[in-house]
Amino acid sequence: MSAPPIHGSASDGPTIEFDHASFRLNGRPLLQDLVLSVKQGETLVLLGRSGSGKTTTLKLINRLLLPTAGDVRVNGRRTAEWDPIRLRRSIGYVIQDGGLFPHFTVERNIALVPRIENWPQARVEARVRELLATVGLSEDLASRYPSQLSGGQRQRVGVARALAADPPILILDEAFGALDPITRSEMQKEFRALQQGMHKAVIFVTHDLREALLLADRIALLEEGRLIVDLPVAEFPRSQNPLVRAYMEAFSGLSESGLPEPDSGTK
Amino acid sequence: MNFLQFMMANRQQVLDLTIEHITLAGVATLLAALVGIPLGILITRVPQLSKPVLGGANIIQTIPSLALFGFLLPAPWIGDRAGRLAILALALYALLPLIRNTYAGIRSVDPAVVEAGRAMGLTDRQLLFQVELPLASGVIVAGVRIATVLSIGLATIAAAIGAGGLGEFIFRGLAMVNNQVILAGAIPAALLALLADFALGQLERRLGTLRARS
Repeated sequence: MSAPPIHGSASDGPTIEFDHASFRLNGRPLLQDLVLSVKQGETLVLLGRSGSGKTTTLKLINRLLLPTAGDVRVNGRRTAEWDPIRLRRSIGYVIQDGGLFPHFTVERNIALVPRIENWPQARVEARVRELLATVGLSEDLASRYPSQLSGGQRQRVGVARALAADPPILILDEAFGALDPITRSEMQKEFRALQQGMHKAVIFVTHDLREALLLADRIALLEEGRLIVDLPVAEFPRSQNPLVRAYMEAFSGLSESGLPEPDSGTK
Repeated sequence: MNFLQFMMANRQQVLDLTIEHITLAGVATLLAALVGIPLGILITRVPQLSKPVLGGANIIQTIPSLALFGFLLPAPWIGDRAGRLAILALALYALLPLIRNTYAGIRSVDPAVVEAGRAMGLTDRQLLFQVELPLASGVIVAGVRIATVLSIGLATIAAAIGAGGLGEFIFRGLAMVNNQVILAGAIPAALLALLADFALGQLERRLGTLRARS
C-alpha cells in the first residue's frame, strides 16, 4: 500500500471553515448558523439523523450549494469565489454505493478526474494500478463494469475514484451505508488505516455512532440544521448534552471501555 | 398478370420509387433528429420550456397528414418543390418521438450518478456527453426507431402532392382499382418499415445493455 504524497505545507489555518453559514430552501432553513472548521490531516465526522443537515453541509463545501447567509471557506477562500469546477476537482467525493458510472469500467471510473485533467496516459494507468492496490482490489477487476462487482468492491472503487487526483480534501456521504455489516466493518477498518497514511482534511457523514467513534478525530452532531456539539472523539461519549446521551443510549451496546482508543497518531 | 409478374415487369420503377421513398423518409428523420434531439436536451436544461415544446410537437402530430401537406403548399421555397414539402411535413411528424424520448431518456438517468459526476468536477458539457447521453442512448434510439417507422409509413402519402415514393403505386392503384398496383407500393413500404424497425431495434438493444449495467 502506498500513501499519496502529503499535501500543503503544514499550515495551521483551517482548510474548511463554516463561518455562521446558513442554507435555506424555499424559506425552509436546512442549515442554521453553522460554525465549524476542519484542518488538514483531520477527520471530522458529521453525525445526525436524516434531515439533520449533514448532506447540505457537504454540498456547501463542494459548492453544489451556496450558503444563503454567512460564509463557507475552502483554503481561506469563499466557495462563491472559487471556480466551481476547480474546487470540485480538488475535493474527493464518495457516496453511498459508490455513485459509479454504470457505463464506465472500473478503470475508467477511477481514472475519471485524472483524464478530464488531461494527465498523460501512462501516468493515468500507473495511478489506477496504484489505487487498485491502495483500496485492496485485484487488477483483474479493472475491465469490469460496476454491476459485475459486489457492493464492497463498488465502494472500494468509489474510494479509489475519489482519491485519484490526490485531492487535499475528501468528503464521504454515508459512504459505507449500503454495505452488509461485515463488509462495512472491514471497510471502516481499512479506511481508518488509509486515513493515517494521507494528510487530508476528511469529512465523513454518517448516522451511525459506532462508525463515527471509529473513524473520527472530532464528531460534530447535527440536529434539525443546527450544530449541537463539536467535540474530540474521546470527549464525545462523556458529554452531558441530552442529545449525545440519547445517541449513546440508542447504541447502548457501546460501553466506554469498548471505544476505540483516541488516536494520538494523527495531526 | 399476378403480383410477382407485375413487380418483375416494373422492377426498375419499383426500385426507383423505393429509393425515392427511402430518401424522403431518411432525410426527414435525419432533419427531425437534428432538431428534435437538441430540443429534447434543451428542455431538460430549461424545464420551463418542456411543457410548451412537448405540447407543440404533440399538436403537430394531431394535424391530419393530408391537411399538413396542404397547409405547407403556399410556404415560400418549401412549396416550390413537392419533395421539399414532403420532407418538411414528415420531419414535423417525426419530431415528437425524438423530443419526447431524448427528454425522457435523460430524465431517467439516476440522479445520484449525475450528482456524483457534478461533484467530481465534470463540466455541464462533460456531464452531458460522457454521462447523460450515453446512459440515455437506448431510449433516444428507441425514439429514432419510432420516428423512422412513422416516416416510412407516412411517406406513402407524399405521393398525393407529387413528391414520389412508393405511394405513387398506391394512389395509382386506387385510381385504377387495381389491387396489384396498390400492393406493389404497399408491400415494399411495409418491408422497409419492418427492416428499419428491426435494425434500429438491434441497435437499441445493444445500447440498452449499457443501462442495464446500472
